[in-house]
Amino acid sequence: MFFIGVFGFIVRRNLITILMAIELILNSVNLNFVTFNRYLYPDKLEGHFFSIIVIAIAAAETSVAIALIINIYRHFASIEANKAKQLKY
Amino acid sequence: MSLHILMFCLFSAIIIVFSVMSVLSRRILRAAVYLLFVLIATSGLYFILDYHFLAGVQLTIYAGGIVVLIIFSILLTSHISYKFEKPNKWVFLAALFIAISGSAITIWSILNFEFKAATNPTIPSDVRTIGLQLVESGTNGYALPFEVISLLLLAAMIGSIIIAKKEEKI
Repeated sequence: MFFIGVFGFIVRRNLITILMAIELILNSVNLNFVTFNRYLYPDKLEGHFFSIIVIAIAAAETSVAIALIINIYRHFASIEANKAKQLKY
Repeated sequence: MSLHILMFCLFSAIIIVFSVMSVLSRRILRAAVYLLFVLIATSGLYFILDYHFLAGVQLTIYAGGIVVLIIFSILLTSHISYKFEKPNKWVFLAALFIAISGSAITIWSILNFEFKAATNPTIPSDVRTIGLQLVESGTNGYALPFEVISLLLLAAMIGSIIIAKKEEKI
């Protein structure tokens, strides 16, 4: 699932789909943390907290990214990543 | 126990199939809906692992919040019947190669590593334990990350409001 996310991150040119691929990556990392915590160290809750914090960061990151995307859409009338070239020059 | 294994297989099959479909789908709204299925199945896996609080958080924040945000922004910025063009062939092949080789290395190392089955007693993971550990500052305490994450969330909210608001004429 992580590598499916990486694959999508590379392939997609659209900003929103890149965002969705990032969600996939974060989600797979969370799943790994929680599973290892449950089966290898059931007397601690470290993976648990780590994944809660990752979820919070993902929410913050998504809100900021969507604000940016809407702003970019207002400027360029498009959400393709390769059309937003103006910042480069 | 076999029901556990059955449910695990079901959820992981859902996750794998729908994440592939979400990455490969050409229509953007469908991709978002497949992402929703992946997130719901992940929270099902958390339920299997007996982490009920985490499953609830996953279900509300991811499936309830983030997917709704994504769908809103899709509807604001593009047409429903919009299909994007096929990706460049070489980029596609390179990404496929990276993904397959990376997952092969990961699976190989997982299969070669001997996991010691835990013998420690299981700590209950109800809301009370989580809340007590989250604000405690000694050992097993997570007060500092808690404060940091709350500050980060506040900063992100203010920042996104300021970014998304219309520029006023100076």
